[in-house]
Amino acid sequence: MAVPILKQGPYLIASIQAAMTDSDVLQLRDDLMERVGRYRSRGIIIDVTALDVMDSFASRSLRSIAHMTRLRGAETVIVGIQPEVAFAMVQLGLNLEGVHTALDLEEGLALLSRGTEEPGDGAS
Amino acid sequence: MPAEVRVPVSSDADVVTARAQGRTLAAQLPFSATELTLIATAISEVARNIVLYAPRGEVVLRLTREEGREGIVVTARDEGPGIEDVALALQDHFSTGQGSGLGLPGARRLMDEFELESGPSGTTVTMRKWASRRA
Repeated sequence: MAVPILKQGPYLIASIQAAMTDSDVLQLRDDLMERVGRYRSRGIIIDVTALDVMDSFASRSLRSIAHMTRLRGAETVIVGIQPEVAFAMVQLGLNLEGVHTALDLEEGLALLSRGTEEPGDGAS
Repeated sequence: MPAEVRVPVSSDADVVTARAQGRTLAAQLPFSATELTLIATAISEVARNIVLYAPRGEVVLRLTREEGREGIVVTARDEGPGIEDVALALQDHFSTGQGSGLGLPGARRLMDEFELESGPSGTTVTMRKWASRRA
């Protein structure tokens, strides 16, 4: 199932609605990469609130998406990782090093606007 | 207790089915929400290994009761070429190619018991998790 991507000013918001297969994750990557160019987006929020499992593939793919889109000039923030999912990720040995995370969409947008208004500050 | 659930696994969509079925089955036992997520995540890892390394396989999910405790048994079987070095495959960050190298060792950490048998005609992973509270 394709993940809907909304354009909100300079940002893209991808809201994952249901469990994603590996192909869905790769489709999301390709869609975001294309849209960052098309809309000249400065930031991306990926909302994973609906995900009840984040396994090694999903987590590695989200990290690649963040790194790839950064190379295209857009910062990615992953929002909405559920407490149980965070627990499982740590047990599994996964981390999202080098990727911004925030509690929810609101915090994610706040993080992006701080980052883009003050270049070089908090964007690493 | 219900009969076992068998999920044939040959594509990435089956990985999602296997973990969802596992969570549903395990939810019949007094597992916490966190434990259900750990079980579903471990199933996702072993099911993905089937898709990555074998033409096909299956995940068998079963509830068990022994010595007064209840738990879920997850068996992932495939007809792949087998794992050459099992000890190495269970080390963090080791992968022969496509994986993250965290799937098998990670799944082992998420569950209470973990066994892996591998030979030229395939690989079988058996994992168990016990419900910490009595029903």
